[in-house]
Amino acid sequence: MMRLNLRNLALFGVVGLLLVITGLTQSWNVALTILNMGLISAIMALGVNMQWGYAGLFNIGVMGFVALGGLAAVLIAMPPVPAAWTAGGLGVVAGLLLGAATIAGAVQVWKRMAPGRLRVAAMLAVLVAGFWLYRMVIDPATAAVEAVNPALEGYLGGLGLPILLAWPVGGLLAAGAAWLIGKAALGLRSDYLAIATLGIAEIIIAILKNEDWLARGVKNVVGIPRPVPYEVDLQRSPGFVEWARGWGTDPVAASSVVVKLAYAALFIVVLLALIWLFEKALKSPWGRMMRAIRDNEVAAGAMGKDVTRRHLQVFILGSAVLGVAGAMMTTLDGQLTPGSYQPLRFTFLVWVMVIVGGSGNNWGAVLGGFLIWWLWVMVEPIGHWLMQLITWGMAEGWLRTHLLDAAAHMRMLTMGLVLLFVLRFSPRGLIPEK
Amino acid sequence: MAEPFLIGDGMTGGYGAVDILHDCTIAVEKGEIAVIVGPNGAGKSTAMKAVFGMLPLRSGAVRLNGEDITRLSPQDRVARGMAFVPQTNNIFTSMTVEENLEMGAFLRRDDISGTMEQVYELFPILRDKRRQAAGELSGGQRQQVAVGRALMTRPTVLMLDEPTAGVSPIVMDELFDRIIEVARTGISILMVEQNARQALEIAHKGYVLVQGANRFTDTGQALLADPEVRRSFLGG
Amino acid sequence: MDFINGFVTLANFVIVPGLAYGAQLALGALGVTLIYGILRFSNFAHGDTMAFGTTMTILITWAMQAAGIGFGVLPTALLALPFGIALTALLVLGTDRAVYRFYRVQKAAPVILVIVSMGVMFVMNGLTRFIIGVEEVNFADGGRFIVTAREFRDMTGLQEGLAIRTTQVITLITAAIAVAALFWFLGRTRTGKSMRAFSDNEDLALLSGISPERVVAVTWIITAALATTAGTLYGLDKSFKVFTYFQLLLPIFASAIVGGLGSPLGAIAGGFVIAFSEVTVTYAWRRVLTYWLPDDLAPSGLVQLMSTDYKFAVSFGILIIVLLFRPTGLFRGKVI
Repeated sequence: MMRLNLRNLALFGVVGLLLVITGLTQSWNVALTILNMGLISAIMALGVNMQWGYAGLFNIGVMGFVALGGLAAVLIAMPPVPAAWTAGGLGVVAGLLLGAATIAGAVQVWKRMAPGRLRVAAMLAVLVAGFWLYRMVIDPATAAVEAVNPALEGYLGGLGLPILLAWPVGGLLAAGAAWLIGKAALGLRSDYLAIATLGIAEIIIAILKNEDWLARGVKNVVGIPRPVPYEVDLQRSPGFVEWARGWGTDPVAASSVVVKLAYAALFIVVLLALIWLFEKALKSPWGRMMRAIRDNEVAAGAMGKDVTRRHLQVFILGSAVLGVAGAMMTTLDGQLTPGSYQPLRFTFLVWVMVIVGGSGNNWGAVLGGFLIWWLWVMVEPIGHWLMQLITWGMAEGWLRTHLLDAAAHMRMLTMGLVLLFVLRFSPRGLIPEK
Repeated sequence: MAEPFLIGDGMTGGYGAVDILHDCTIAVEKGEIAVIVGPNGAGKSTAMKAVFGMLPLRSGAVRLNGEDITRLSPQDRVARGMAFVPQTNNIFTSMTVEENLEMGAFLRRDDISGTMEQVYELFPILRDKRRQAAGELSGGQRQQVAVGRALMTRPTVLMLDEPTAGVSPIVMDELFDRIIEVARTGISILMVEQNARQALEIAHKGYVLVQGANRFTDTGQALLADPEVRRSFLGG
Repeated sequence: MDFINGFVTLANFVIVPGLAYGAQLALGALGVTLIYGILRFSNFAHGDTMAFGTTMTILITWAMQAAGIGFGVLPTALLALPFGIALTALLVLGTDRAVYRFYRVQKAAPVILVIVSMGVMFVMNGLTRFIIGVEEVNFADGGRFIVTAREFRDMTGLQEGLAIRTTQVITLITAAIAVAALFWFLGRTRTGKSMRAFSDNEDLALLSGISPERVVAVTWIITAALATTAGTLYGLDKSFKVFTYFQLLLPIFASAIVGGLGSPLGAIAGGFVIAFSEVTVTYAWRRVLTYWLPDDLAPSGLVQLMSTDYKFAVSFGILIIVLLFRPTGLFRGKVI
């Protein structure tokens, strides 16, 4: 639990102040956009913090789990495309089942046969045969699906359920992926685990980008349903217009602000719920055992605690949180754009949040989420402003243009420097684990 | 009493807050073999490491040939003529036998072929296997590589931490024979050993340590004959 | 059944590109494996070190070209390479002194060093982009083809052509020279052997009087040379874009791990394994199979196992399989 002392409250106060300043100097819309993305980042940081702080797991496949959450948003809330289902839906489902069966079959062969060349040959045979069958069934089916109204659809669509349902489902999807990955990779050394998780994230995002029948690939899915009203609907409602006038604001601007505030309210509820859950878990016997394992894995193992299983639990839980955040993010965006998931870059940002905020401490992760996200957004305008100042007296020329252009690249550099400085001089972060 | 060639005098110290050694004294004369024995956890290896400078001493001194070397780091003591063979991880397993010997002589800038010849004379089997990776050799042969490596600096003192740990009795006898030969060339030997009886048989001086302090100090033969020593440590 | 034409097609689209790409990956993987073996951490900043090195080489190439210095049929970049290496060496030595040494002295856990290297990666990335921008840069000059597809067809009278680009041959030759030099250095020189000893058994190496700071410095310099060379060859062969090197990190690590982290021979083998896997799995085999199989068995579809978008997925698939079944890699590297 974060010590409720002046220092920690002040830190959060600073975040609030930064947002207010942004609102006053730029616009309330910008400030609220930062707040909303900051809330989502805070949740992502919570997830990563659980894996790193409780179990020392270095997961840089964050983006993969987030993407799965986004996929859940599409699969749950978008309306189904009946024509596509009739054209190839059955084939797709059959193909996927075949694929799963092939893998399960190969695993069974590996487990049940005696070690030796025959086992390797048998497993390879199952995999090769299964792969060919899978392709034979699924290729024509996906082609048929993608041929249905490719400009607007070209995919199977979703289940047409309420969007808020996608949030926990995103968590479940991510948890499932985490279970698979964890089973395979958790016994590995920490940097091998890192590379493995990075690879998985790349594969997930590659699948999202290429399998158009699933989520339209790089054609993107737009118009994802919302849990909050649309600005245009608010602007058209006479009650709202009157209310806005009563406040002395123009309805268009007011509608935008109100919508963002509505999202913020939803996100804050989720964030607080998660923090409450995590704090409870920390104090529970389970949480104490996790920390014992982390502090001295060898001793804990000697005492009979199944370390790998505990790590798997933490890995799954943390990844589930990432999935929820991913679904929330896609809801906020209103669209799924697989091309925008850049694995290493955003993952890195979340890690900076966790380390700057304070690894091992939930409130620290949240603080880190807000602070670093604010910084990430503001580095560009601030950097630009700084560069204008620096080059003010300069003559026109290559150096001046180059420096002004450079402001755009400052983000990465700044984040890298922030991480290095914190790791060197304040490795426990702003709000250290108690 | 004349100053011994190498002496760790009244050493007291430990790795952390707790002292392992209590006013422990270990000494060896030129060309002689001194053996440190005692029960498990007696601090035998610690005493030798202290002589080598791998343990911070709270009090006491280490002198080599009259010179106080207490402040010197282990690397500096190697340069002064001390050589140390650890109990485990004492060879470069991925490098050939010959390369191991070359690495042993890393600090030397002169021609090392003469010394290498001497090592091959002492351990003929190493000559046969010089181009083989040291990690592929048997346990006893690896120990020979480890000792050979240490001898490459032409040390005046050779310190061995349980050289016969985990080797068969025949190999142990052979190793002890070699150690005697090395001592005959004028190199002082300081040895920690678990196989107390066999070690004391070849020792000029024996130190029995118990809980980090000297219990019995005498010649090897005398200790072997002492009934109390026999009862407590040598199984009667 | 036309074996030769099929083989020429295979050579043109799979074998020759695979060899060139494999050599580039091998050089990159060598750098990663050296750092892992001697400094004992996975250096995530290696891809951006390659980008920085290539950037330096490009700048000097431009300067040379402006001054009228050329290398005839060979790319001027080869002349600029030594200078690029020197500048990159300065950068990595400086980074070690300013960043990594602190954690080494503290004997920090390897995972901390990996996180730190991620920070270094982003700083280097930003720095490189600041210097050269994000646009694509083509800096190859000199002769473009050793033999064009058409020349080949004219020479041999075959239906299929085999084009061999200058950059591909240069890649292979330069890589071969670099590897030979590295192995000579590690196997025959006193410093090289001391580095191997340090990697094998650090405590014993220290006992033998081997200076750790010297070993570390030499390691970084060699890494800078390997990274700059690999990056420049890749940039000559394809083109230079900062973002690409960032992405190359993944196949490079896959190569190093598959071959066995810490084993130079493994890095080379791994580089070719990954390169050929990526190329063969994403290649459309239809043309070759049409040549090789009897007419009635000729395939109708593209026979492409996976689309080229899944290229990196192939490296990772192999990596995961190796990690599951043989984590020490093909050549039994270290598992610290």
